[in-house]
Amino acid sequence: MKKEVAITGMGIVSAIGNSVEENLEALLTSKSGLGTSKHIKTHHKESIKVGEVRFTNAEIATQLNLPEDNNYTRTALLGCLAAKEAVQNVGITSISEYKTGLISATTVGGMDMTENYWKQFASNPEVQKYISSHHAGDSTEKIATSLGITDYVTTISTACSSAANAIMLGARLIKAGKLDRVVVGGTDALSKFTINGFKSLMILSESNCTPFDANRSGLNLGEAAAYLVLESDEVVAAQDKPVLAYVSGYGNANDAFHQTASSKTGDGAYLALKKALKVAGLQPSDINYVNAHGTATQNNDLSESVALQRIFNERTPHFSSTKAFTGHTLAAAGAVEAVFSVLALQQNSIFANLGFELAMPETGLIPVTQPQKKELKHVLSNSFGFGGNCSSLIFSEA
Amino acid sequence: MQNGTVICNGKEIVSADNEQGFSEFAKRVYKNQQWEYPKFFKMDRLSKLTFLTAEILLKELTISSEVKEQLAVVLSNKSASLDTDRKYQDSINSIENFYPSPAVFVYTLPNIGMGEVCIRHKIQGENAFFVFDDFNPLFLKHYAESLAQNNKATQVLCGWTEIDEKGYNSFLYLASPNGTLPHTEETIKKLYTQS
Amino acid sequence: MDALKQELKENIIEQLNLEEFTVEDIDNDDALFGDGLGLDSIDALELIVMLDKDYGIKLTDPEKSKEIFQSINVLAAYITEHRTK
Repeated sequence: MKKEVAITGMGIVSAIGNSVEENLEALLTSKSGLGTSKHIKTHHKESIKVGEVRFTNAEIATQLNLPEDNNYTRTALLGCLAAKEAVQNVGITSISEYKTGLISATTVGGMDMTENYWKQFASNPEVQKYISSHHAGDSTEKIATSLGITDYVTTISTACSSAANAIMLGARLIKAGKLDRVVVGGTDALSKFTINGFKSLMILSESNCTPFDANRSGLNLGEAAAYLVLESDEVVAAQDKPVLAYVSGYGNANDAFHQTASSKTGDGAYLALKKALKVAGLQPSDINYVNAHGTATQNNDLSESVALQRIFNERTPHFSSTKAFTGHTLAAAGAVEAVFSVLALQQNSIFANLGFELAMPETGLIPVTQPQKKELKHVLSNSFGFGGNCSSLIFSEA
Repeated sequence: MQNGTVICNGKEIVSADNEQGFSEFAKRVYKNQQWEYPKFFKMDRLSKLTFLTAEILLKELTISSEVKEQLAVVLSNKSASLDTDRKYQDSINSIENFYPSPAVFVYTLPNIGMGEVCIRHKIQGENAFFVFDDFNPLFLKHYAESLAQNNKATQVLCGWTEIDEKGYNSFLYLASPNGTLPHTEETIKKLYTQS
Repeated sequence: MDALKQELKENIIEQLNLEEFTVEDIDNDDALFGDGLGLDSIDALELIVMLDKDYGIKLTDPEKSKEIFQSINVLAAYITEHRTK
């Protein structure tokens, strides 16, 4: 396994905590962050559970020392908070010392503000500032500005695999020598737009989701932001800093089946998994734990289970979905779960697949239901998005 | 494809009065090319634009299904799925008439159009979608070359598919080892401006 | 009920963007899903929205919808019995 892309820092804000430590604590004690929404005003409030970040927008703005008259959307606020933690954890004193990039993912963008204010855009000058912050690239630019990153800044938007793809691109740019260091991840806030959209697809669960369970009834939406700092071997050596883990494999493929449903045989997932293993130079049997996409929809969990059985030849390693902790955080999911995968490696711990009771009759697969200690060398993380966009990442111990 | 015209390899394939809106024009291209793919009519405008442009290009190049299966797709635009986002927002705008449309919602992501092309041609290679302020030929060139160098794909379908209230323009090209033009930023930029 | 069936056919063609179909192409007993009109799962969800919007019928179980959407005849009978608009 080539050690070429080091993870030296992480930052995360989600329904189970506002820092890496808080998230870890919740994971180790199986404390879910799902509940009735407190901040977002949706008339579906009583009939769904969401993974909402504890802070209000005002509280985050204060933490970031933003001027009162700012046009930060919740997506941008969450993003800046998590990215800041990641960079601070690496102890970067001068961002321009090395060629540094930012690759951020989002699907909601500024929709959380636009949906509240757009009817007033023509008449109320006070809210017009949110017009320019609607764009998918806005949160990325705000994060870049706050971190002082100018060498390379881009936005990826490929649904639920977005942040995983950001990590993948970041790893490639490091390996290609185009960047010495790159902040990668994603951010998405809850919005009425997505809540109503997913409800119209009838895949939202009324209660806490139960991934991989025979009686699963859909997903819970969540909001989060998570970023990792990737650095090249040279930078790591020059700075003599601790490496948290390595990005050792990645793969992306298209399921080519349906705009939003996954194929029964999990083709896209299978191909992505296969590619990730190839890049990492690993055999399926080298994987010690899979952090599954596991949204708890009828469709994904079956499709993903079949793909896992195909790639692992019926010897599926320990696996769990952590979406019953945070909800499905859409564009941020790939990065949230990357952080969780790195924590798993550091702690030699597998986190529980909350809510599971009965295996799916089609596959009989049983996830890990209690947190457990296990020596972990290689962890695989899946993120599958609408549009058939399937990504798999492999993280290896430092 | 833009302003009521479709050009492939420098040849004008379809031309229409530019006063026609995109939807009418798209229908016209579909009928002109005599395709039979009823799912086309369910797509949002961005997916239709992506689909049509890809369909014309892929028809022109005769690629085997084995090659198509491994094709990588790297697309980009400026407005993401804003055009469809607005339409979806309309369906949830008034309390009295609150009917979120699932068929519109599924298209409120910029990469679904790419997904439609993959479904149609059974393309299962890597696919990525980027949001840029402007058409970025250098980025696409690097990405495609990186895929080739790392043996991720031998051929890459790249381009720009942008649509919003102001208009539409799409530009797709195939980067491959047996291409006839050099794969440089200048060439790509030139082709984009010419089309 | 004939007027309803006609209305349903028109609505379905319009709502589901069935550009290449006319009302005459849809027989009352034709399978709407599968081989018939070739509708898919997203179309089923759109029809559920249509039931609510145009006829005031709220369906919360997507599985139940498979029975109701079998054909124009079945759908029209169901609407006649349950409509509140």
